[in-house]
Amino acid sequence: MIGKGPAFEDVKVGDEIPRLVVGPVTLQDIVEWCGAEEDYLNIHYDEAVAKAAGLPGCIIQGYFKCGMLGRMLTDWLGETGTLKKTGVSYRGMDFPGDTLTCRGRVTNKYAKGGENYVELEIWTENQRGEKTTPGTAIVSLRSKSSR
Amino acid sequence: MADESPILEQLRSEIGKKSPPRSEEVEKGAIRRFVNALGDHNPLYEDEEFARKSRYKGEIAPPLFVITFGRQRRPQPDTRAGRSMINAGTEYEFFQSIRPGDMITHTSQLVDVKERMGRLGRMFISIRETRYVNQRGETVAIGRGTTITHEGRAMEARK
Repeated sequence: MIGKGPAFEDVKVGDEIPRLVVGPVTLQDIVEWCGAEEDYLNIHYDEAVAKAAGLPGCIIQGYFKCGMLGRMLTDWLGETGTLKKTGVSYRGMDFPGDTLTCRGRVTNKYAKGGENYVELEIWTENQRGEKTTPGTAIVSLRSKSSR
Repeated sequence: MADESPILEQLRSEIGKKSPPRSEEVEKGAIRRFVNALGDHNPLYEDEEFARKSRYKGEIAPPLFVITFGRQRRPQPDTRAGRSMINAGTEYEFFQSIRPGDMITHTSQLVDVKERMGRLGRMFISIRETRYVNQRGETVAIGRGTTITHEGRAMEARK
């Protein structure tokens, strides 16, 4: 289920949005994501191939992390908020068995051209505290009266 | 530049060349696989009645469903020897919702290539932009992907 979504007036710079905890991520989750994406690049699920490629082991797909950060945002946005833009960098590796916490924090808010925009920094964090997938997002929110 | 890499030269020559447009229908089953893989059980994606009563007036796909377009079954070899390519980042701008049954046509082009010296030697940072247009000619999203190509370090996994 999703809620109505936040009202623009209620959002403050510095606010953290609800976290999304993912995992521990299994090889099955990784393979299921291959199917969803229709991309079966084998370094993600074949350990021998991953090691031969110089990786410490299979790695979780960047797009999986991007998708989960998107889910965190749309869970928060609910029925009335809209995701306008999001971008992430893949800076580090996460592995099967890792638990990823998707997080986001409000960095700016403004009204422009009749819409209410909120900017956020977003990132994933694993249980080792590594923020491997930092990024940003821009969303638009309804005001209290028009939700 | 006297020692300009042939990889850089080749990448630069690709800037601005549009890929042939490719059209893909948005299948409900593909949306289902996508949301299941993310555990994303938002009723806007899978509850027809809820979605119809919402401001969307019908089911939509998650915004990041655009990730799934233009995929090719891999592994497949990168035939350009001596390279390893890394997906370094992705950015999407959303303009319209994607809905089941939509026909999305996308075309991409390389928009920028930069050369950098990295830990592993010379590397090339390319930005490819993809535009996604629905059957009514509306741009639904624009994606920008950053790829890092390392020179002379072929990745066995892609062979």
